[in-house]
Amino acid sequence: MKRTPLYEVHKNLNAKFTEFGGWEMPLQYSSIVKEHLSVRSLVGLFDLSHMGEIEVSGQGANELVQKLSTNDASRLSDGRVLYTLFCNETGGIVDDLLIYRQADNHYMLVVNAANIEKDLAWVETCNDTGAEVKDLSQDTALIALQGPKSIDILNLFVPERDVSQISFFRFVVDKVARIPAIISRTGYTGETGFELYVNASTAEDLWKVLYPAVIAAEGHPIGLGARDTLRLEAGLRLYGMDMNDDTNPFEVGLDRFVKLKNRQFIGKRALLSEKKKGITKQMIGFQMLDRAVARPGYTVYQQGKHIGNVTSGAPSPTLKCSIGFASIESSRHAPSCRNTTQNIDIEIRGKMHPAKIVKVPFLSTGT
Amino acid sequence: MILQNLKYMESHEWAKQEGDIVTIGISDYAQSEIQDIVYVELPEVGTELTQKTEFGVIESVKAAFDLYAPVSGEVIAVNESLLDAPEQVNESPYDDGWFLKIRMTDDSELDALLDAESYQAHIEAEHG
Repeated sequence: MKRTPLYEVHKNLNAKFTEFGGWEMPLQYSSIVKEHLSVRSLVGLFDLSHMGEIEVSGQGANELVQKLSTNDASRLSDGRVLYTLFCNETGGIVDDLLIYRQADNHYMLVVNAANIEKDLAWVETCNDTGAEVKDLSQDTALIALQGPKSIDILNLFVPERDVSQISFFRFVVDKVARIPAIISRTGYTGETGFELYVNASTAEDLWKVLYPAVIAAEGHPIGLGARDTLRLEAGLRLYGMDMNDDTNPFEVGLDRFVKLKNRQFIGKRALLSEKKKGITKQMIGFQMLDRAVARPGYTVYQQGKHIGNVTSGAPSPTLKCSIGFASIESSRHAPSCRNTTQNIDIEIRGKMHPAKIVKVPFLSTGT
Repeated sequence: MILQNLKYMESHEWAKQEGDIVTIGISDYAQSEIQDIVYVELPEVGTELTQKTEFGVIESVKAAFDLYAPVSGEVIAVNESLLDAPEQVNESPYDDGWFLKIRMTDDSELDALLDAESYQAHIEAEHG
C-alpha cells in the first residue's frame, strides 16, 4: 500500500489506519464523531496527500482541458478553481476533479487518489493538442485546514495577506510559515476552509506548524472516517461510491456541472442522446426516520417495489440520524421523487426501515 | 479494562453469571475499538438464543458489528435504554451498557468461554 509523506506523523498520533484507493490512510485519530464536530464548530487538520495532481501545460493546454471537461473551463481566469467531471465517449464519469488555472495554458488537475493512473492514461489518450501532461502526485502533498477557525489559524502563518480575502474556489501562490504553497479556498466538508498544496519534502514541516495551532484552538487532526461523514452532510458525491465509469452526470444529479451549449467536449454526444432518451436513474438524498443505519448497497423500496440502492450512507453526527444518497429509478411518467414529501423504505438485515426523501445538502453550512 | 469476575468470548462479548441468569455485554476493549456507537439492534424478550450464534448488531459511524451469544437460553430482559442512548455502550460497557439477560439452559457452556486472563492474552494477540 502507498503511504503519504506524513505516515509516520499519523502513526505517532496513534491513528487507526484504513486502506483507501490503494493508500494506507488515517481513518481516525480519536473518535469520528468528535473529529467531525470539531470541523463543524472549530477546526480540523487533514492529510490529503493521497490525492493526485496532474499538470497540463504548454501550447494546447487550454484546448485539452476544455475538451476533457464537462464544465466550461474557458470561464476560468488565473487563480480560479473549477469543479468538473471528465466523461468517456459513452458519457460515463471517468472522474470528478478540480481544475486550477495557474496561467494561460497552465493548469493543475486535482483528481481522486484511486484514479490517478486511470486519469493520466485518459488525459494522455485524449491529448491531440500537443500539451505537456505531467504527474506531480508523488512530489505534491496536500494538507487541508477546515472549519470556522481555519481563517484565523492560517492568518497566523501567512504574514503578507489576509487569507479571508481569498474567495471561495480561488487560490493564491504564497508561503505558509515560509513554506511555498498553493493556498486554495476549497474543501470537501462544506465548511470554511483551505487546501494547501506543498512540495512533499515540506509536508512534515507544514503539518508541524499547523498542528499545534489547531490543537491550541481545540481542533483535531481528522481522518478519512470524518472526512466521509462531513462530505456526506454537505451533499458532496464520492467517486467510486456514488458514481463510476458507468454512470452519467445526470444520473447522479451533477447536471449543473455539465455545460452543453456552444462548446465541444468528450462525451457530449452521448450525454445529449441520453438526455433525449430520458434519464432512467436519479440520485436522491434520504434521512432515516428511525435510528437504523443505511449503508452502501442496501436496497430501497417504495410501496413494496424495489426502486434502487443506497450508494453512500452513514450516521450524521450533526443531525444525529442516518443520512445518505440512493440511486433510484426515475420515469417521466412517475411522480418525481425529488418531491421531498415522499417516504421510502430501506431494507436493513431483512427488515424494512422507513426513510424520507430530503433536500441535498443535508445541512446548510458556511463555506 | 478487563473485569476479573466475567467470562469472555473471542468476539469480545462478556457474560456475567448470577445463578442461572447470565447478563451479556461487550468488553471495554471492544467498545474502544468500535467507538461512536450510534445504534443497537437487540432481540425481544422470549427469544431463544444459541451459544456462539448472532443475536444482534451494533453500529458505529463507520460499520456494523454482529453480536454473538456467549451461552444458550431464553432472553428474559433487554436493556431498552440502549435504543435511545446507545452511547451508554461506549460510556459504561460493563454496567449501563449491558444488552440482555438470558436464562441459561446449560451452565457447562460457560466452560467454553475465556476467563479474564485468557481474554487479555487474546486481545494482545489480536492487537499484534
